[in-house]
Amino acid sequence: MLKQMNGPLLRTKVQPNPAQPASQDSPAPVPRQKIEHKSSRLADATFRYLMLVCALSVLAIVVLIVRELILSSALARHTFGLKFFVTQVWDPVSGDFGALPFIYGTLVSSLLALIMAVPLSIGVATFTTEICPPRLRSMLSYVVELLATIPSVIYGLWGMYVLVPILRQYVQPFLAKYFGWTGLFSGYQFGYSMLAAGIILAIMIIPIITSITREVMSAVPTAQREGVLAIGATRWEMIRVGVLRNARTGIMGAIILGLGRALGETIAVTLLIGNRPEIAKSLFAPGYTLASVIANEFSEATGDLYLSALVEIGLALFLITLLVNIVAQLMVWSITRGSTQRATA
Amino acid sequence: MVGLATGATLVVLVPLVAIFGYLIYKGIGSLDWNFLTKIPKPVGETGGGMANAIVGSGLILLIASLIGVPMGIGTGIYLAEFGKKRFGYLVRFTADVLNGVPSIVIGIVAWSLVVVSQKHFSALAGGVALGIMMVPIISRSTEEMLLMVPQSLREAAWGLGIPQWRTTLSITLRTASSGIITAVMLSFARVAGETAPLLFTALGNQFWNFSINHETAALPLQIYTYANSPYDDWHRQAWAGALILIILILISMSLVRMAASRGVFKGGN
Repeated sequence: MLKQMNGPLLRTKVQPNPAQPASQDSPAPVPRQKIEHKSSRLADATFRYLMLVCALSVLAIVVLIVRELILSSALARHTFGLKFFVTQVWDPVSGDFGALPFIYGTLVSSLLALIMAVPLSIGVATFTTEICPPRLRSMLSYVVELLATIPSVIYGLWGMYVLVPILRQYVQPFLAKYFGWTGLFSGYQFGYSMLAAGIILAIMIIPIITSITREVMSAVPTAQREGVLAIGATRWEMIRVGVLRNARTGIMGAIILGLGRALGETIAVTLLIGNRPEIAKSLFAPGYTLASVIANEFSEATGDLYLSALVEIGLALFLITLLVNIVAQLMVWSITRGSTQRATA
Repeated sequence: MVGLATGATLVVLVPLVAIFGYLIYKGIGSLDWNFLTKIPKPVGETGGGMANAIVGSGLILLIASLIGVPMGIGTGIYLAEFGKKRFGYLVRFTADVLNGVPSIVIGIVAWSLVVVSQKHFSALAGGVALGIMMVPIISRSTEEMLLMVPQSLREAAWGLGIPQWRTTLSITLRTASSGIITAVMLSFARVAGETAPLLFTALGNQFWNFSINHETAALPLQIYTYANSPYDDWHRQAWAGALILIILILISMSLVRMAASRGVFKGGN
């Protein structure tokens, strides 16, 4: 049998492994010996190309997304040009469309969500990695990730029934009374407002920011923590200087990833934001986001220009989230690259 | 400061408990046999249910899985076995980008690709939208699971003369199978709750539909429609539907946990 294996049926190709610096994203490759059978070369090639087709399909999907968005929005783009993004008017009846109220609504609701979610997320991540007793750790992280599994429509439903009445009855009068001078808390208190949307978005993005922050905080080497403690730091100083400062790029990445999620969130926001295409300073005023207008009006849009304008809003949303996600990925990768290890046994 | 972190944790736990508690409180009273077996009745009549939505969701998810799972696993296999070079980075990066695309935009694309060409709404369009969303989740996890299989296992197979394709399919994939199944169930749980892409692809339906070429009701879609309505009875049903949805998602998440705890290296049994 040995003779058969060493005969003409078996060709051993040794591929020397090019030395790759440890800074690459993929795990350290191991020298590969590609052993080919003449009889299986066709099957090998077929398999490889089949898998290649699958991988290419991912690229094809993204190309298709861009193509369809650009093609379907052509009418609106040619009619309005770049003015589309600075016009405040959204008037389907007269055919006058402008995306500014939606851009404003999306940005403000997401920003509001970030302001509320980031301190809480970093707090939870700090608690889970540094302060919490190890036995509680996995349970706590499981519970926080449970928040991520709740579908958006349930958040919206809960927001309508619990959050909005609480806002209307307790929070909004309180804010108007003590902070009304800022101008941010004026106007009629509907409950359905930018504030409600911001709060629900904050709840929705906390799990993402928390889990990635936890990941980057765990990736900080223990030597850093010990070094800081060795020079006499208190516990909080150790966390602040030894861990958070080292992980800050990754934490920024986590925040931006959370922002990306908040920008694209549709259903919960649509149910809570009031859906009025106007720009208002007060957080009590209803707003409208890019995703909400598509969700509300797409299936009822009359006329090609209306539909095309909505698709252009979709294109704008896609480009914004694309940019944000790319920035976030680059930041998170710079911290956690190389941390997935290939098991060698 | 440490106290602040503890406080933050408690604050974050409050909405979780509140949401689940309120969901159970509101939904449990309306869950009955009628609800699970009847289709919606006109407003004002009692006894309607969401049976068509539950079945419709199942149909759409089936189509989505048929599209998303093979493509996702195939991409994952490619990235793990062949994807060390620049092209692999490109695919990985693109998959991450695809992961971050808002679901409503994917709905627009599915509308443009399927609904416009077929000139009608369909469960197929909804399935395509959800399938596209499943691909990056599955491929990422599949790649990770396959990379966790020790290289020595592959080398042993090659040393025995087993060709590359056979090694990958019968040995590497089977070893990582529980992890891959975990990933598939996770992606399933994630897209099961998606409403936005179905708004103008599957559109929703008040009656039974088992054909892939017609509008279909879906559970999250039905909940959304009922939540937006002015009728108390529909609100009550929306809560019951929400309870069913979260129960189904939690069941698949628990299965995921159970499968994950059995370990990756135990092989596919």
